[in-house]
Amino acid sequence: MSVLVFLENWDGKFKKLSFELVSYASKVAEMLGQQAIALSIGNVDASELEKLATYGADKVINIENDMIKAFDEQTYTSMIAEVAQKIGANVLVLANNNSGKALAPRLSVRLKAGIVSGVSKLPLSLSPFVVYKKVYSGKAFANVSIKTEIKILTLAQNSFEVVESPKTFVHEKLDIQPDGNLMKTRVKEVQKQSGKILITDADIVVSGGRGMKSPDNWAPLVELADLLGAATACSRPVSDEGWRSHDEHTGQTGKIIAPNLYFAIGISGATQHLAGVSSSKFIVAINTDKDAPIFEAAQYGIVGDALKVLPKLVEAVKEMKSK
Amino acid sequence: MKILVCISNVPDTTTKVKFVDDSKKLDVIGIQWVINPWDELALTRALELKDDASNGIQTVTVGHVGLISSDPTLRKALAIGADDAIRVNFESGDAYNIAAELAEAIRNENFDIILCGIESSDHNGSTVGGMLSEFLGYPSVTGVSSVKIEGGQLVITREIDGGKEILSVPTPFVAVVQKGIAKEPRIAAMRGIMMARTKPIKVVEPLAIESLTEVINYEMPKPRAACKYINADDAGQLISLLQNEAKVF
Repeated sequence: MSVLVFLENWDGKFKKLSFELVSYASKVAEMLGQQAIALSIGNVDASELEKLATYGADKVINIENDMIKAFDEQTYTSMIAEVAQKIGANVLVLANNNSGKALAPRLSVRLKAGIVSGVSKLPLSLSPFVVYKKVYSGKAFANVSIKTEIKILTLAQNSFEVVESPKTFVHEKLDIQPDGNLMKTRVKEVQKQSGKILITDADIVVSGGRGMKSPDNWAPLVELADLLGAATACSRPVSDEGWRSHDEHTGQTGKIIAPNLYFAIGISGATQHLAGVSSSKFIVAINTDKDAPIFEAAQYGIVGDALKVLPKLVEAVKEMKSK
Repeated sequence: MKILVCISNVPDTTTKVKFVDDSKKLDVIGIQWVINPWDELALTRALELKDDASNGIQTVTVGHVGLISSDPTLRKALAIGADDAIRVNFESGDAYNIAAELAEAIRNENFDIILCGIESSDHNGSTVGGMLSEFLGYPSVTGVSSVKIEGGQLVITREIDGGKEILSVPTPFVAVVQKGIAKEPRIAAMRGIMMARTKPIKVVEPLAIESLTEVINYEMPKPRAACKYINADDAGQLISLLQNEAKVF
């Protein structure tokens, strides 16, 4: 029996999320007295795979072949299920991102395994197997028990600390040939922006709302973000108005994020917005309305006009960096 | 072609949730129930596709697993423009038995396109769409921000980290949809509300499939420390607090 953690790669590389997943799986395996086995699908160099051992993977399995370059949900499910059965996995760990959301529920049906998604902590108990998760978009939490022999967990990004726990790098290449007939979806075109920090990956996010007053006022906000190595984001009205691109929208129906620091600039903090950002470790609120709900969620607040406050913040960050 | 949109019945997103029975159950008193926001966008997109006759969409059906208390929400979907509804008469335990019941109820209905919202705003599971696809053995794409029909072929946009992919998919097929699938949810007009009264809700008796997970209890979030205010004229002080007190830089 073992804990199986599935890792996707981004152009052959892993990122912080991957190491969070391995750290988490390794701790769960430790609790169960089992091994943590990492599974990578796709072309990833051995030097990159070796990093997974640093974060506690007892063994790293990888499947490489040309057929799996495109992410087809049925094909990937079949391969992961085959590995899970081969190694006798009783816990599967995936990310709670779009690929995890595609694969984990299919695996749940395939393996008849109960699933809890978006977990942020280690299981509270093993028998019964109870895990803690956010519900009602962050307005409450639930302790959920999984009743089946095989359990599936998806881990919320930025919620579990990356911990090094170096193991000897044990690498196994598995030759699994996916069934070509299964592959029914076909990628025709990929459009990628490069160089932009992803909101979901960023440690710091600088976000603007209607209080920015016009799409022409964003320069100091972007400058602040650039200085801090942060991603830029916005509230729903801003993306609906077309002031900023839709992929910057954070909130219930947009991106759900959990950075270390979130700047809510000119954002009043409607329930739907808070649902997307309430897991941030620190929230800074800047708003003209002292009664705005964002101040209830924030640790630091400035009651004032965003457009007057922003240049001062930019100056202060420049000063901090010059020291 | 026939479209099915799967609908979850959830408390209005502004609801302040409370729990009863030793924090085992949601206190439903005073709650206003609505169509899950992502499902509402999925329904809007389905209706947009049907509006353009060249797409050849004959019907848009909404599917739901729940008791008769969900009917007002299904009527809302019919008022917005769905042609009919299928409700599996079952109080679900988790996503697994929702998806299993729904799959059995619609297996022989021959839907070509099934749209599911990526998440429900109550349990935030993001699982029913994928489970349904697996039960039915249909291909699926998750994280879909656009569904179009071009020359009789389905063209799907999937959001990936830092970009998007354009895919072609066969039917039958499941799209698990997210932000971008439709701009604003469609609102019911008076005529639609009148027409909805006579549109059919087909009630299917359940197979009573068991759930695989169980909520033991709910907890409220711990209150956050009170906000520390910094004078707007002295905004720079915020940066030093973040650096020295919060230690985020």
